[in-house]
Amino acid sequence: MKRRVPLTIVFIVSLFMVIQYFVPLDSWAWMYQYLIDWTIIIGVFALLLGIWSLLRVNYEKIQRKSENWQYSIVTLLGLFIMIIVGFVPGWGNLENYTYQHLFYYVLVPIQATMFSLLAFFIASAAFRAFRARSALASLLLFSGLIIMIRFVPMGPLSEPISEIATWILQVPNLAAKRAIIIGIGLGAAATALKIMLGIERAYLGRD
Amino acid sequence: MRYKCIIAAAVLFVGLILPQALFAQEDAEVPDSLLAEVQLEPPPQPVVTEGVDRPNDNGHKLTVKWKYPEEGVDLIEGFEVYRSMSPDGEFQLRGQSPADYFEYFDIGGVDKSDPDYMANDEDYYYKIVAIGKNGVSSESEIGGPFQTSGQVFHTGKIPVLIGVVIFAFFTVYFISSAKKGKELYVRPLAGIEAVDEAVGRATEMGKPILYILGIGTAADIATIASFTILGRVAKKVAEYQTDLIVPCYEPIVMSIAQDVVRSAYLEAGRPDQYNDDMVFFVTNAQFAYVAGVNGIMVRERPATNFYLGYFAAESLILAETGNSIGAIQIAGTDQITQIPFFVVACDYTLIGEELYAASAYLGRDPLLLGSLKAEDWAKGILMVVFLIGVLTVAFGWDGIRELVRVNL
Amino acid sequence: MNIFEKMVALDRRWVFLFLFVVVSFAYFFRNSFSVDVVTTKEVESIYDFIEGAEPGDKILMSFDYDPSSLAELHPMSRAIMLHCFRQGVQVIAVTLSQYGAGMVEEVLRDVSAEAAELYGREVSYGTDYCFIGYRPYPAFVILGMGENFRVFFPRDYYDTLLDDLPIMHRVRNYDDVKGVLSITSGTTSDMWIIYGNARYNMPLALGVTGVMATDYYPYLGNALFGLIGGWKGAAEYEQLVDQPHDANRGMPAQVAAHLTIVLFIIIGNIGYLMSGRKKPKIGV
Repeated sequence: MKRRVPLTIVFIVSLFMVIQYFVPLDSWAWMYQYLIDWTIIIGVFALLLGIWSLLRVNYEKIQRKSENWQYSIVTLLGLFIMIIVGFVPGWGNLENYTYQHLFYYVLVPIQATMFSLLAFFIASAAFRAFRARSALASLLLFSGLIIMIRFVPMGPLSEPISEIATWILQVPNLAAKRAIIIGIGLGAAATALKIMLGIERAYLGRD
Repeated sequence: MRYKCIIAAAVLFVGLILPQALFAQEDAEVPDSLLAEVQLEPPPQPVVTEGVDRPNDNGHKLTVKWKYPEEGVDLIEGFEVYRSMSPDGEFQLRGQSPADYFEYFDIGGVDKSDPDYMANDEDYYYKIVAIGKNGVSSESEIGGPFQTSGQVFHTGKIPVLIGVVIFAFFTVYFISSAKKGKELYVRPLAGIEAVDEAVGRATEMGKPILYILGIGTAADIATIASFTILGRVAKKVAEYQTDLIVPCYEPIVMSIAQDVVRSAYLEAGRPDQYNDDMVFFVTNAQFAYVAGVNGIMVRERPATNFYLGYFAAESLILAETGNSIGAIQIAGTDQITQIPFFVVACDYTLIGEELYAASAYLGRDPLLLGSLKAEDWAKGILMVVFLIGVLTVAFGWDGIRELVRVNL
Repeated sequence: MNIFEKMVALDRRWVFLFLFVVVSFAYFFRNSFSVDVVTTKEVESIYDFIEGAEPGDKILMSFDYDPSSLAELHPMSRAIMLHCFRQGVQVIAVTLSQYGAGMVEEVLRDVSAEAAELYGREVSYGTDYCFIGYRPYPAFVILGMGENFRVFFPRDYYDTLLDDLPIMHRVRNYDDVKGVLSITSGTTSDMWIIYGNARYNMPLALGVTGVMATDYYPYLGNALFGLIGGWKGAAEYEQLVDQPHDANRGMPAQVAAHLTIVLFIIIGNIGYLMSGRKKPKIGV
């Protein structure tokens, strides 16, 4: 019974969503929108759950003085400062000087910095991975080199390299991507069908 | 003779030229009314021909069409389209159409509170006004009544319905075959075969296992597939009594993952070893999450990292950091752009649908294996249809292409 | 360990250091050498689209990126907006990214001031551009805007009724704008294609990060009329509007970074081949 109720709900709702895709009537669109609105509401409550988890984990670390517990203080400080600055009426709102400064001069640079790590990691990953271990690996190596140097001014070689790079991107690369996308599409459809029919039940937890 | 010429010239001058020079009036002024009449002639009148309901929608939309003489097109700026609910009622401007386009797609509001609301199955009347380049316009006769209506079934999506039915049929057939005990072969996947080895390695080294579900929501198929694998991994981890760390990006994913891991520990007979802090929320900001997980990796130094789910740009940052600490890494995602990063930085990678198939591999459940077979058959049929379609189009016949076309 | 084995086992930190030095040098001395930016058809299509627009035409620009992609996407946002203001095309800005609001405010504020100075005409909020705000769950917002912008955005970001903004008069949905441009670094691009263009058939172009650009080539010509990919794409657009800025300035650094990576790949392969193809230790 404990599993039958959620499985029945999943089946009925997913059947409705499948049928709704083919039925353009107003009433069906309204029900679809209603269900989507509920998803948003549940998501907001789940955020509270997430914040509670974050608070609890970090508080316990501070209380037990676990290794690197000081970073937990920084985490909680960051959480509370942004909440207060964004919410307190009269003092905190999105136009607020402090909020804007924290956003533009703390959050933005930090996020941009983390993204910029990718450049260094790509260099080290490429250095490690692009080795001519086999014929196929060599093919991958040369394709990668051509793609990378297509933007480099190489005088008379620039145009042929650019054309080869464009061909690589638009023919074999695209063909492989499309094949993977088709496989993923079918896999997603199969997984959705399994969930709908109650064959895939891992999300319910207890088996 | 000479005198005769002089006399003739003098007569001509006196008779013809002199009177004109003396008595000729200035250029006659054309009266304003006549001028107005000549310059402000209205353009030809449009004729409303039909109002066509757009098919395969919820109604509230109508295409009104009219006729206009070709010679009139150059005389006008364009058309204005007016609508009313009765022929005697007030007509409201709905929009404009260029001079050479004789139809207008009128989209009405869906909600009754919308000032543009256009009800289904009610009469609407239209008139078209041709706006002349001279500023004078001409109005058509009122056309109508026309009605809009919603359709019960979207006929443009029939190919999708056929595809779904065929796929569902194959799924049910192969699941039934599997239930009857038929042996279904599936090719081995290195990434899945390595799960046991990876968990064993962590146990031997006395280091934890890090399992990352990605940055997807609980509604993402990749995340759902990852839950299944997490359950299996958690059960093994419980049996081997290794530590498990599951940092989550999304709160709903966190609560589902907690349930999955708790159930796995219960199934392994070690419910006392489960702790809610194993599965915790970090943040739902992408790079803040990456920073947090990287910190965990560098501090806890897990022996095994699993990256299974939906990943974006952070995939390489995670994988490289994991590589730098010497962890064995098994990754799987359905994001095409991230697969190359996982391939270069991880030891094993599940590409695309292999992630979805992993649950069938790990459990060898006949029901799951059956659906895997159905996928393979569907792919086979698709390949045949593609081939036939490509060949027929190459030889100039669009039949197959039109058959599978989906008109949204 | 011989030299070739050392090349294979080179510590990644040397790679990071060398890359940092090269890119910094290329950036700070960028005026010493230039990189020819050759424009591509997919970027020119977007330029031609806006260039062919009449003053008073409206486009919807969706800024769906967050600070992490700022470096790549801000330059193209700026260049496109400058072009719009130059042509008298009105911009309706929206964001479907939770951090997008800050990005949009910054670019609107800066670009409108810059355009006023460059083109000698006033560029004012509510008439030449507006910002309708942010709502979560992009797919639903895109679907809702296809019916009426006011479904999800009855008021703009500054709490003014949309109907009180002159730019939004007689603008209900995608049919009342000339086209949609989405500048995005995530899955919102897929949603614009699936829920926007496929359903409502409005002209759609994308500005995406470099790594994502190749995914959208299949859509060019049918779902998309144009595509700007990464920093290079932004540099192309800046060149087309004759306003070289951050993207163009950064091209020497990008080229230097690419060449550095190529160099290390070559070093690694030489070491690998000459050392008898020995696999390096894990963690290197």
